[in-house]
Amino acid sequence: MVKEMKVCITSMSDNLEASIDPHFGRCRYFVIADPDSMEFESFENAGSSGPGGAGVQAAQQMINRGVTALITGSVGPNAFSLLSAEGVEVLMAAEGSVAEAVSAYRTGSLKKLEAPNSPGKK
Amino acid sequence: MKIAVASGKGGTGKTTVAVNLALSIGKVQLIDCDVEEPDCNLFLRSDIDKYQDVILPVPRVDGNKCIQCGKCVQFCQYNALAVLSSGPMLFPQLCHGCGGCMLICPENAITEDERITGVIERSRSDARIDLWQGELFTGEPMASPVIRQLKTNIREGEGEVVIIDSPPGTACPVIASLRDVDYCILVTEPTPFGLNDLMLAVEVVRQMGIPFGVIINRNGMGYDGVEVYCNSGDIPVLMKIPDKRQIAVLYSEGIPFVMQMTEWKGHFLKMFEDVCRQILSTKEN
Repeated sequence: MVKEMKVCITSMSDNLEASIDPHFGRCRYFVIADPDSMEFESFENAGSSGPGGAGVQAAQQMINRGVTALITGSVGPNAFSLLSAEGVEVLMAAEGSVAEAVSAYRTGSLKKLEAPNSPGKK
Repeated sequence: MKIAVASGKGGTGKTTVAVNLALSIGKVQLIDCDVEEPDCNLFLRSDIDKYQDVILPVPRVDGNKCIQCGKCVQFCQYNALAVLSSGPMLFPQLCHGCGGCMLICPENAITEDERITGVIERSRSDARIDLWQGELFTGEPMASPVIRQLKTNIREGEGEVVIIDSPPGTACPVIASLRDVDYCILVTEPTPFGLNDLMLAVEVVRQMGIPFGVIINRNGMGYDGVEVYCNSGDIPVLMKIPDKRQIAVLYSEGIPFVMQMTEWKGHFLKMFEDVCRQILSTKEN
């Protein structure tokens, strides 16, 4: 059985035409899309304005929702350790629309993030 | 009596005021609460010894007992815990040590460990000033627990004068430093930036109900907005320290300026008397 693909894109708004929000932990919205059917759901990032640990909270959401790949601009060390421990692939895209990011994902042209690329909060 | 020296903006002269005031009064406890960079002793140069560790409780999760229910994760306001499909993961530096996760865990999988995040130090008994300082370890994010523990060492009582050198800003470490003080001296500089941050600091001390006054450091730089603000808001200007080269030179050499410009000891003592009067009149009202 093939595992269902769930790609999450950090976004400025709740739809596929929205721009990517480049900061994982403190992005405004998460858009979770099926890259084949382009069906999607979106929800606000409740932790975007919290005092600390936003990356941990965001990563926990990805894990709880069974996201298989994350497309974003920057990920801090705490979130990165959680995502990599859970085997969530992290791919880089800091600009353009959510739909463009999903297309780029399908063609395999997104660069994989191998290490945290934001200082985050310790 | 506890007098804090604070400011909104950094680099306005809190430590200069705290150290020179302490030396002018003589017999005081000086508590350096700027635990991310305690620098009173750059000017006092006393020998200091370690007095105690600052220990924070931190959870330890037994992976065998954890059923990954996520209740601790939902509970933790600081996101110090997460749960993976393979088990729990802990972020000790985000933990505030409340112990709530331990109480909420239905499997009793969480116990408490200890983590040392800083140290309390004290000058030797032969020092000019009884200096206490906290030092937060490099890389540790939480200053407030170090400040709270540092302040538990304050000796209170008749005739004890305590001067607290606060960190800059208006966030948690400042609140921790100012809690329970009788008075707050706000040090500012005569610039628009100094005024902006002074106004934020004034909001904090007002909300905490602490009587306060302002010292304008480097006075005479040309901007009068700070004085206009103080006068219009009925805020006492306790002292003006002039923008003088000699003071800057002494500072750069790590010498408290009252040691060489001795007439300033009198100015600081007079200000101290004014502060005492203001405290008394506040208490009477």
